[in-house]
Amino acid sequence: MPYNWKRVSIFGGIIALSALLPLFTTRSDILTWSCLTLQYILLSQSWNIIAGCAGQVNLGHAAFFGLGALTTRYFWLGGLPFPIALLSGAVIATLFALLIGIPAFRLRGIYFVIGTLVLAEILKVVIDTRFPVASVLPAEILATYSLVPRYYLNLMGAVLAMISVYFISHSKLGLGMMAIREDEDAAKTSGVGILQYKLIAFAISTFLAGFAGGIFAFYMVAIQPGYVFSPVWTFDPVVIVYIGGIGTLIGPVIGSVFFVLLKQWLSLHLPGGLHLAVFGVLFILVVLYMPDGFIEAIRRYGKIITFGEKPPMQGG
Amino acid sequence: MVQFLAQTFVNGINVGALYGLAAVGLSLIFGVMRILNVAHGEFLMVGGYIGFWLFKLYGVDPFMGLPLVGIFLFLIGIVFYKVVFSRVAKFHEEVKLKNSLLIAFGLYLIFPQIAMVLWTADERAISPKYSGQAFDLLGVRFGYVPLWGVCVAIVIVLAMYLFLNKTYFGKSLRGTAESWKAAKLSGINIEWTFMITFGLGISLAGIAGVLIGLTQELTPVMGMPWTLKALIVVVLAGMGSIVGAFVVGLVLGIVEAVSAIFMGPYTIAIGLLIFLVILMLRPQGLFGRA
Repeated sequence: MPYNWKRVSIFGGIIALSALLPLFTTRSDILTWSCLTLQYILLSQSWNIIAGCAGQVNLGHAAFFGLGALTTRYFWLGGLPFPIALLSGAVIATLFALLIGIPAFRLRGIYFVIGTLVLAEILKVVIDTRFPVASVLPAEILATYSLVPRYYLNLMGAVLAMISVYFISHSKLGLGMMAIREDEDAAKTSGVGILQYKLIAFAISTFLAGFAGGIFAFYMVAIQPGYVFSPVWTFDPVVIVYIGGIGTLIGPVIGSVFFVLLKQWLSLHLPGGLHLAVFGVLFILVVLYMPDGFIEAIRRYGKIITFGEKPPMQGG
Repeated sequence: MVQFLAQTFVNGINVGALYGLAAVGLSLIFGVMRILNVAHGEFLMVGGYIGFWLFKLYGVDPFMGLPLVGIFLFLIGIVFYKVVFSRVAKFHEEVKLKNSLLIAFGLYLIFPQIAMVLWTADERAISPKYSGQAFDLLGVRFGYVPLWGVCVAIVIVLAMYLFLNKTYFGKSLRGTAESWKAAKLSGINIEWTFMITFGLGISLAGIAGVLIGLTQELTPVMGMPWTLKALIVVVLAGMGSIVGAFVVGLVLGIVEAVSAIFMGPYTIAIGLLIFLVILMLRPQGLFGRA
């Protein structure tokens, strides 16, 4: 498939601009929000690969985020150089995914959803019991703590995720995944290796989730080990991906920006965790009335302007 | 030692009856409507808190208040069916399952936050004057409240069973579970059946919630753990089997109580792990059709 060079150059331009951001501002609130947005782009794209491209709704995503975070944190604070700790976090999340993937993909449809939900709960219970004490950065790291390297790391993660999704949706691999998503039996009959493709999708997805966890472990000053396994890390990306547009390249980006902005605004104006309730309502509305997410609404609006030109293919 | 085991067994049954009751509601909704309501535990929580309010604010005895909670939750269920779930009820099965799951998932995000505002994050319990009382039988302690809880659960499940198998409406309900299209062609009012089923399932969840409030604590985040418990029971029993769900609930309660002696804090994890293994070996459930 030919690459869309116009898109690639726009994408490159946005990355270049984002890379310059810390030169223009040192305001920690802007940097923090940008970090959050980029982190959510990475995390939601990672969920998008397994659920959006391959159609396997994995409600245990937090388990892989948590594994990446915990491994990276302990390896890093244990004395390993950070890049190696980060990679080992992502690799361990992937290995765990492959280990459980083979039995888990025996489960189809709704049973896969239940299975992954239960899996994350098991890990959370075990980690809560095994590691009850919060991990706090030691003083020598805290003394040189700066948001700028964290920002670049998040940017790198987000770019990595975008490139992964772009290449998947422009490859035979992506076609195979989408075939499984649309109709598993038909895909099997057409010669798509179901288990193999699902496992590859799962491996890429969990590698990125573990990577996101590792970056989070680098970013946070104090982490309660049980927290990185909490269901929030599944639900946030699910909500973001659906709001933005599941199975698309740009949808999760739109979703992440929208999610972080609205969350900040709501938590200023609403007490406690009520912003979550607002996202719940929004999520239900999107599922009911806008199943293709905001991106579809934007395309439709664009179509009106350009008088009915066909919208681009999904997944592209 | 024998007494200790017997006591563990009794404790297990006390908890297991609640698992069963929670699962029966979920199973009913899934069996008839093919809607997987992962917000089942949230409705259970709401029921518990309504019972708590009735007791605390108006001094209504929790057992006397059960029918009130049941009716109230039935109405809540109908409202939620009408407002959200009715929109997906007639989709193709796979789409319906997925969308209903997502919607329920959205509800799961909403409920605990609202509960946090209404009832604060403190642990609440419904504690009438007789709550700590118990009697001894052969050295085994039977609390009155858990015992009544088990009795109520058994009565409700039996009533549900008779209702489904002996009444005309129950038959139309089971017919709809087989195939809603065929049921519609036979002149059954599908919309009405779906609505009542959803209300009934939610109402059972609410009653289970009050019984939980009587023996354990109520918190805004209790929903998901109870949903998982109910799901496990339903999947193991085979989707849609009412009496099966109750029996498996009892067994799960006993197994958990016994394994707690050996496993301590990992009990929940072990239970979930066993469930996962069974699910993988028999993806369609223990008693489900392949």
